[in-house]
Amino acid sequence: MKGRALPPWLIAITAAVYAFLHIPLLVLVAFSFNDSKFVNWEGFTFRWYQELMEKDALFEALWVSLEVGIASTVLSAVLGTLLAMGLARHRFAGRTVMESLVYVPVVTPEIMVGVSLLLLFGWFRLDLGIDLPPMLKIIIAHVAFNISFVTIVVRARLEGMDRNLEEAAMMLGADEITAFWRVTVPQLWPGILSGALLAFTMSFDDYVITSLLTGAGSSTLPILVYNMAAKNIEPTINAISTVILVGTTLLIYASERLTRDQPLKH
Amino acid sequence: MLPGTVWLLAFFLIPLLFMFAASFLKPVTYGGVDAGFTFSHYLRFFEPNNLAILWRTVVYSLACTALCLLAGYPVAYVISVAGKWKNFLVFLTVLPFWTSFIVRTFAIMFLMRDTGVINTVLQALGLISEPLPLMPSVLAVMVGLVSGFLPFMVLPIYTSLEKLDPSLLEAAEVLGARPFARFTQVVLPLSMPGVVAGSLLVFIPSLGSFVTTDLLGGGKTVFIGNLVQNQFMKVGNWPFGSAASFVMMSMVLVAVLYYLRRRDQAQAMGA
Repeated sequence: MKGRALPPWLIAITAAVYAFLHIPLLVLVAFSFNDSKFVNWEGFTFRWYQELMEKDALFEALWVSLEVGIASTVLSAVLGTLLAMGLARHRFAGRTVMESLVYVPVVTPEIMVGVSLLLLFGWFRLDLGIDLPPMLKIIIAHVAFNISFVTIVVRARLEGMDRNLEEAAMMLGADEITAFWRVTVPQLWPGILSGALLAFTMSFDDYVITSLLTGAGSSTLPILVYNMAAKNIEPTINAISTVILVGTTLLIYASERLTRDQPLKH
Repeated sequence: MLPGTVWLLAFFLIPLLFMFAASFLKPVTYGGVDAGFTFSHYLRFFEPNNLAILWRTVVYSLACTALCLLAGYPVAYVISVAGKWKNFLVFLTVLPFWTSFIVRTFAIMFLMRDTGVINTVLQALGLISEPLPLMPSVLAVMVGLVSGFLPFMVLPIYTSLEKLDPSLLEAAEVLGARPFARFTQVVLPLSMPGVVAGSLLVFIPSLGSFVTTDLLGGGKTVFIGNLVQNQFMKVGNWPFGSAASFVMMSMVLVAVLYYLRRRDQAQAMGA
């Protein structure tokens, strides 16, 4: 739809909704530069950021989050892409069941993923004597949750793709593997990237599943922020939040630039 | 595709089946399950305090969905006609979705708690002498849920408005329909797929939330998610926690079935 003059009340509602979404975050950022432990403004400072630099626990948590995020993103991107290709390209018994299975994680509340895996790992520990390291548990859980999102995003891209290109490549003498890497993957790439980005953000942001699976164990960044928020102590949490906000915004902006303007070439 | 399937089965579906089985077993103190079939965990949901939790979860989640719809529809409409501003507005809408949920919740706490920005400013202006009890409260929980899930409502509605053929509106106008009638009889019905999808995407995570209710509502807004978390992490009654999870899942299922029926109806009408 396009170009009609909008009534002012509609613009006012929209502005109010954006204010509602963004003002709390802007206030949070502003006060990360406030030279006071309380919310009265005492002047500009960087000292909360300096204090951040001295917190070893913060860097450990950031490191754990990055490791978990990267490992689970790579795994779910590979598994999810293969699954998407299998579903889009092959006819086999149980295909409809598989397709529905892919959508189950999307509609399952995170807390159920967390507690059901808690039960599974509990059974591993109590009855099989296998106690997995906490970080491995988190990675397994994140991959289980993220495969579906990658599959759905990549599949949407696959649907719009022209199969003839691969067939043409093979007729011109490329074997199946060459055709896959030189023709299919480059065309799929924006889909894989957006799927991977979605997976990484969900993994990096996850508090629910991680907190259920690890309890006090290996702490990720969201768990650290949660614990600080629940205790609501020092303004360093405003500084951490600002760093996270700026980091994610840059990541989203960069990926927008990377994946935009790459329509399917036919 | 095999490894992905195996992973989904082993670490998603089988644990859910496990939990379903556990919901009929006997609890062991401090976590774990014991043999013996029982329905008792499900029957506990007929106790008044547990019924109250179920009721609260459903009503608040419906209220959150309705508020997201009321706030999100106008925004989606404005984006769909925004011309050169479109990309920027979409970016503003998805930004909170990509932003850490915990950080956003903390931002609301920072504004609304007793020593928060709102109370401090009002006290400094001399408008109030005691801090307003803004948080923990139902209001704070609603603010948290709505601001958390609003993008899920805006984007599907925007997508279906984008597909709307402007010539239909012109036709309605030529035929004498006033703006209000054009909206209720052309725009709204054609955007229903987006409205239904958006409502589902808001309602489901709202049903399952427990962090927002915990941080912003304190003990005042116990959702079924808080019950589940409590049973697994504090009380240690895993079978009851499992039963509570499946009560939650059954509510999700009702919402999904409703969505699928509406979608099929819409497709039948379109065809």
